Amino acid sequence: MQNNELFLNIVRFILLVFLQVLILNNINFLGYINPYVYIYFILLFPLDGNKALLIFLSFFLGLSVDIFGDSGGVHAAASVFIAYLRPLALKFSFGVSYEYNTVKIKKADPLERLTYISVLVFIHHLVLFALEIFSFGHILLLLKSTLFSGVFTIILILCSWILFSRKPS
Amino acid sequence: MQQIIFFFIRNKNFLLFGLLFVISIMLTIQSHSYHKNKFISSSNFFTGKVFTFRNSITDYFGLGKENQRLVEENLRLRQKLENFSEEENIPFLDTLVLPKKYKYYTATVINNNYSRSKNHITLNKGSIDSLKVDMGVISGRGLVGIVSDVSENYATVQSILNTKSRINAKLKKSNHFGSLIWDAKSPHLVQLNDIPRIADIKVGDTVVTGGRSTIFPEGIPIGAVKDFRLDKDDNYYYVNLEVFNDLTSLQHVYLIQNNHAQEILTLEKEAEDAE
Repeated sequence: MQNNELFLNIVRFILLVFLQVLILNNINFLGYINPYVYIYFILLFPLDGNKALLIFLSFFLGLSVDIFGDSGGVHAAASVFIAYLRPLALKFSFGVSYEYNTVKIKKADPLERLTYISVLVFIHHLVLFALEIFSFGHILLLLKSTLFSGVFTIILILCSWILFSRKPS
Repeated sequence: MQQIIFFFIRNKNFLLFGLLFVISIMLTIQSHSYHKNKFISSSNFFTGKVFTFRNSITDYFGLGKENQRLVEENLRLRQKLENFSEEENIPFLDTLVLPKKYKYYTATVINNNYSRSKNHITLNKGSIDSLKVDMGVISGRGLVGIVSDVSENYATVQSILNTKSRINAKLKKSNHFGSLIWDAKSPHLVQLNDIPRIADIKVGDTVVTGGRSTIFPEGIPIGAVKDFRLDKDDNYYYVNLEVFNDLTSLQHVYLIQNNHAQEILTLEKEAEDAE
């Protein structure tokens, strides 16, 4: 990782945690729908970065959100889960070009990028709500929350992606 | 030996993932059992400071509503006081000097969530302000929850909007007891079960706290009956309640300390041990 990139990732980590706990956790759209945008950090982590480091950082990312939200370890578990599955999701959405390290997330095809985001967001939300609700009696609630929050998160992530991507010059 | 080391090196990502995943699952399970969420909780110093900072900004947005609520409460208390002043010429005991059963404290809500299935509220006071675990929390309009964790300066409250919450409640009219639960569907509806079939229950009946627990005094309003049906085994009612309190916008709350709680619990324990 370049020095510049390292700094960028640290700032992103801190900003996303505060954004999540101070603003996004209180949106409660239609009563219960909250976006969980903090996983943007995991999505954007450099592709050639150390995988073990990513798993470790994801754990702390999730844990910080948990501490603020009094939710035990549900965010930590879900974040670690998608951090581990990220290479698979990359392969699934970008095909072989990922394996030869030729793909740049920022310049990827929009459709492939959307697949990548949605796959990880939905897996994350499914694990998150399954652990948080923790009962088979509420499966419908689980699926409903996953779907609505997932769509909300994806929209916000796409927006910020468009907002913060530099124009190719 | 070499093979074992190779195995570890080859699978180091998976092992790290497995370890951290198990840790977080353990934290989750620990937080599901009441009274054990000591380790990861928003009542610690850093998160408390952050939430206090946020609250110092968002406090202003709800001031109008909060004032309205205080006026309503003052009105109700004033009316009660009026009833007392009429009886003033009757000789009475000065209850102010008697040891009181309940002591009240106030606190401000600095973090409140209600969109999950296990919701907690964070308050800006802690053990320094003599708050303790298991104190009851109410607002001017009714029940809010029970203190579940206290740090030096902050406290977390298990709100009634928590699927773990069980609070003793009764029908105000007929004194039939049941327990208050939440099905995680809406922050405006809570459920009351175990009301015996014999109870004469109607839509709109008021439900209040039961006073069987050592946490809440009897008669704190909770909500009004919205609809009800018989349970599977046909012996008990399952009642939907519309909560009086708006738990989605809380700002100032009262905490209740029962000075006799310790005594009652010790006595009950002795009775149990004697059996």
